[in-house]
Amino acid sequence: MYDIVIIGAGVTGCSVARYLSRYDARVCVIERAEDVCCGTSKANSAIVHAGFDAAHGSLMAEMNLKGNLMFPALARELDFAFIQNGSLVVCMHEEDLPKLHELYENGVANGVQELEIVDARRLHELEPRVSKNAVAALWAPTAGIVCPFNLTIALAENAYTNGVEFRFNTEFTGISRNKDGWAVQTNRGILDTRYVVNAAGLYSDVIHNMVSAEKIHITPRRGDYCLLDKTTGDFVRHTIFQLPGKYGKGVLVSPTVHGNTIVGPTAIDIEDREGVNTTAEGLNELIEKAGDTVDGLPIRQVITSFAGLRAHEDHHEFRIGELKDAPQFIDCAGIESPGLTSSPAIGLTVADLLRDKLELKPNPGYNGTRKGVLDPKKLSPEAYNELIRKEPAYGRVICRCETVTEGEIIDAIRRPLGAKSLDGVKRRTRAGMGRCQAGFCSPRVMEILARELGVDQSEITKCGGASKLIVGLAKDQISGGAQ
Amino acid sequence: MKKYDIVIIGGGPAGLAAAVAAYDAGQKNILILERDNLLGGILNQCIHNGFGLHTFHEELTGPEYAERFIEQVKERGIEYKLNTMVLSIGKDKTVTALNKTDGLFQLEAAAIILTMGCRERSRGALNIPGFRPAGIYSAGTAQRLVNIEGYMPGKRVVILGSGDIGLIMARRMTLEGAKVLVVAELLPFSGGLKRNIVQCLNDFDIPLKLSHTVVDIEGKERVSGVTIAAVDEHNKPIPGTEEHYDCDTLLLSCGLIPENELTRGMGAEISRVTSGPVVNESLETSVPGVFAAGNVLHVHDLVDYVSEEAAAAGRAAAAYVAAGCTDGERSDLPIAFEGGPRYTVPCTVDPKRVEGNLTIRYRVGAVMKNRVVRVFLDDEAVLTRKRRIMAPGEMEQVVLTRAVLDAHPDMRKITIKVGEA
Repeated sequence: MYDIVIIGAGVTGCSVARYLSRYDARVCVIERAEDVCCGTSKANSAIVHAGFDAAHGSLMAEMNLKGNLMFPALARELDFAFIQNGSLVVCMHEEDLPKLHELYENGVANGVQELEIVDARRLHELEPRVSKNAVAALWAPTAGIVCPFNLTIALAENAYTNGVEFRFNTEFTGISRNKDGWAVQTNRGILDTRYVVNAAGLYSDVIHNMVSAEKIHITPRRGDYCLLDKTTGDFVRHTIFQLPGKYGKGVLVSPTVHGNTIVGPTAIDIEDREGVNTTAEGLNELIEKAGDTVDGLPIRQVITSFAGLRAHEDHHEFRIGELKDAPQFIDCAGIESPGLTSSPAIGLTVADLLRDKLELKPNPGYNGTRKGVLDPKKLSPEAYNELIRKEPAYGRVICRCETVTEGEIIDAIRRPLGAKSLDGVKRRTRAGMGRCQAGFCSPRVMEILARELGVDQSEITKCGGASKLIVGLAKDQISGGAQ
Repeated sequence: MKKYDIVIIGGGPAGLAAAVAAYDAGQKNILILERDNLLGGILNQCIHNGFGLHTFHEELTGPEYAERFIEQVKERGIEYKLNTMVLSIGKDKTVTALNKTDGLFQLEAAAIILTMGCRERSRGALNIPGFRPAGIYSAGTAQRLVNIEGYMPGKRVVILGSGDIGLIMARRMTLEGAKVLVVAELLPFSGGLKRNIVQCLNDFDIPLKLSHTVVDIEGKERVSGVTIAAVDEHNKPIPGTEEHYDCDTLLLSCGLIPENELTRGMGAEISRVTSGPVVNESLETSVPGVFAAGNVLHVHDLVDYVSEEAAAAGRAAAAYVAAGCTDGERSDLPIAFEGGPRYTVPCTVDPKRVEGNLTIRYRVGAVMKNRVVRVFLDDEAVLTRKRRIMAPGEMEQVVLTRAVLDAHPDMRKITIKVGEA
């Protein structure tokens, strides 16, 4: 019997879990994938929005601002990469200026600090590569960029070490009432719980609609992205948005916390909730639009492209709270952009709500801090050498493009809720995220994973399930085979 | 800080040949830094034969070819460090590296030879649309899995790109029991050697579809299918020409990229055509005392030429050290080209410094038939060679003898012109 079962280990579910772990409660997160951060949370713009965009008075606006304000302290507590680089919404046409002012007014009403409309001269001082044709911009110094993987992983690890249980490869299959609350059915058995938190992202409407008469509807809205080589990392310093105007909605160009440049997203409504395939049309659209707001973007320096699905609710609003017609069922539905930014605020809000409902006492052993995978590149040469003397694995480089050592990979595997697959290692250490896209390091990472997990290399997957990397043995490995 | 006369970055075929030649030229204080756990580089996974015909006049496998050079390195007692990653090289030729036993350490080098090789173009860099499941490998990664680790990365295979590694892997996977369904090549010609097309595709009835590319990858966890389509003259897929293949694997052999992150880091000038450093007749980069050879300089077709080129770089580095680490007065004459070549290595020449003959290597950008290659010193044609066929997949070269160079002491420019026969 759990007090709370959270469905989904994306950034929302993990944030709820982390803030709930401050209290003495039996909490379980169920996740159908083999790891946290396997859905929308892993494929997005990685932006911490300032909060001027969401309609004034909406829950989205409130959560966005609250979340934005929480990020600097949270990044210190949980040791994930976050940079407050500021954003610029670039206005390309004089006739769109009123819209820029509307955006400014909306932001001020939402409570966003330090917002400023800058003229073309000031804009080009701030960001010399913004298009020469730009006429003005909305500058939001409080916007930031974050590593979405490590944000989610950090929240989950911290929740776990504070007592939250995580069940992976555990897929929600149904739900029914029981005497204390709910019986959550999964492919791995039934979990009885008093409260349920629906943080199922693209499936949050499906689960909601099982318990409520007031139906909601989520549309998977696909966004394609291109990630450019680190040689482009200083191309822009700020996150550059294009002001939506009569020439359509542009794409953003932003540095990432790791020094790449990201371009995207497109916005295409689709049916398939698993449809994370990029398309030629989408990628071509990015290549065409990427140069609209900036001059000379080296779009040919792309090292990878990917697509993410936003869980777009018909009313474009977050649905957070206990359902009126389904007590003890709490929605976190329709969490699309600015969902990543809002995640700490959503977690806190839902945790506070459950604290009050369940009259939870503080968790006496709670420790709100967590250290990430040690990056020896950040050490002084002396400290690095001291580390190698103690742990020689930090002297063996496995991923050459991102300079990731065996020591970091072992850390990623052995730590709480550690990596079990190539993608798990990649998201925790960046091994395989560089310009060769795991060409050189994947066989080595497979070897380390097999050794650390005590399984044969042929069992190692890209991302769990049927994503096996090897389908059999070469002939000379088969006994009685070619000699 | 430990000092070496010559530090060689990379212990593959280029690094080994450079080390041996530098040693034989009189410089004994040499160190090879290799990131892998053995010398020989990518040759160790190239277990097919066909290596060494030019150098040793016999057909060797990759590991056998490498072994010949490894032995020479060991006979000479040349120092090397394995499992050692070079992190950066300063303009002053300070090398910062990392391994388990020495930790993070720095070396001072009088001369440096860059022999880091190249990497394969990835799916991401090709911007192929579709899902991102397991089962998409670069041909070289698959080669390592099969030949070194002993694992099969897939059973039903589509290959995009007809580079040599892709062709070799088409045969290798077939011999290991996999079914290779098709090799699709974006360009109207193959980027691989003719002999590999015959021996690796034709002999196994594997179709090669020129002017085709992958337009979709299916499979949410593991590859389940790939769609290819014909492309027009702008390399854009032609609607209606799609062909679907049920498969579990997509191998990519779509070009090699010289790995010049260290070279860029030290500020050496890089060619936009080759992605390798710009070098003079001594294979010296724009940073004095830093030389380059092998696939880090420009992608080669045969390892024999890598060895030959690297030996020249080794001798040049030794001469630089012997001269007191100075280039002295240089006169850099440009090498120009028209009518076919995409680049030349070297890019400039100081005729006084050419050791023996001058070999100029280049590749053409398209298949060319019945051509004449002429080399002009200023306006005088000094060499004429007929070429029945030239292809982008094969490296071309012209050799100017010492005698010819000596006969033109005042020349200002070398031009390679390719024209109709």
